[in-house]
Amino acid sequence: MTAAVTAEVDTRAGDRVVRFARAERWLHWSNATLFLVLLATGMTLYVPALSRVVGRRVLIKDLHVYSGLLLPVPLLLAYAGRWRGGVRRDVRRLARWSVDDRRWLTSLGRRGRTTMGKFNAGQKLNAIFVVGCIPVMLATGSIMRWFDPFPLAWRTGATFVHDWLALALLAVIVGHIGKALAEPVSLRAMVRGTVPAAHVERHHPRWWAELQATSPDPTQVPDPTDAPVG
Amino acid sequence: MGRRALLGMLGLGGLGILWGAKAQSWMEDVLRPLTINDQTGLSSFLPSSGRFRIYTVTGDLPRRTDAAYRLTVDGAVDHPVTLDLSDLRNRLPQTALTKDFQCVTGWRIKEVPWRGVKLADLLDDAGVHSAATHVRFWSFDGVYTETLTLDQARRDDVLIAHSMQGGPVTREHGGPVRLYVAPMYGYKSLKWLERVQVVTALDAPTDPGYWERLGYDVDAWVGRSNGLDDAPT
Repeated sequence: MTAAVTAEVDTRAGDRVVRFARAERWLHWSNATLFLVLLATGMTLYVPALSRVVGRRVLIKDLHVYSGLLLPVPLLLAYAGRWRGGVRRDVRRLARWSVDDRRWLTSLGRRGRTTMGKFNAGQKLNAIFVVGCIPVMLATGSIMRWFDPFPLAWRTGATFVHDWLALALLAVIVGHIGKALAEPVSLRAMVRGTVPAAHVERHHPRWWAELQATSPDPTQVPDPTDAPVG
Repeated sequence: MGRRALLGMLGLGGLGILWGAKAQSWMEDVLRPLTINDQTGLSSFLPSSGRFRIYTVTGDLPRRTDAAYRLTVDGAVDHPVTLDLSDLRNRLPQTALTKDFQCVTGWRIKEVPWRGVKLADLLDDAGVHSAATHVRFWSFDGVYTETLTLDQARRDDVLIAHSMQGGPVTREHGGPVRLYVAPMYGYKSLKWLERVQVVTALDAPTDPGYWERLGYDVDAWVGRSNGLDDAPT
């Protein structure tokens, strides 16, 4: 077992490549913890049978509200320090959508593999959806909790959005965890940070090319979105 | 792509807050054929499937077993009485009602079957004093109280309910026995009912009721109070 790496993202460490630096793993797992606490407490508040078994409604509600208020914190912290370079590079990769991503998605992963970068289209959609949920859940949840200044119809509307989005989030997160368990290499990359270089070469040809382009000094990986102009 | 998708989600979220109330009632109508005959109970996990939201004002859901349950009718009456669950279920005349439940926060459960004893019957049996003006209700959660005027309390659609939706009133719905005030917003339909007290005047610190003291309307007619225009139940 390789020790958890502290090296910068997209660098080589022997026969392994750093897929997620410490800041990114920290961001992922603090987000994951908050989302799981929110889903668990939210379901307890929402499903009458669970409410009855668990009880302690005020405590569960407070836990839910305060975990919710903490939601943006990991993301803000990830952007706050000297580690933000790596985070930003991966965020830009996740936000960038190519024709091959669409082909990969519509063929359920059969096509578009030869141009696969660091992230596949599913991972991109998952990341965008979950990040997008943060402000929406925060806003609707706040209206539900502090409803006084708003028209009553807003409270109904906010509840409507909050409930349906939570259900969608539950489905997406269950899918995400299922995928992670089915791909031990990816899961380990999020736990320990690295993937085998051979895995990158085989499954992420475009990311591999980016890494090669900077060889022999792989710490000088150019920002993939900084394409030369003209 | 990323930025557009993100802004799209924010936009949809905002629209949802503004128009979600309308979307919700539309969806309830659309989903109704599916949810009404659902034997699995799975559809009750869906939002907009006409589901109750469970509110309590205390830290926990109060608990009282069927065997331990007692309802006291007292105050300005000739014959104070304490009833148990079998009195309410079997001995006293039963009334069944199928009516909507409308919460002041916006959700509405359509056509809920209720069963219980008419409050008017209990009051008649107890013999209300001529000086009496109101009825005060106490919850065994130890905190929540409600009041109705005597005229409101004597309506035919005000029940001491022991059954709803085809089964006993469950603990989260205020079981074993709750109040159901059909024509008013849900906060009048006090849960975990343990005492019906006839009074000659409203009095601090309980009256006119838990939410009324926090600003809700005392006469909570659906569609004619709290600045709302819901269809009457």
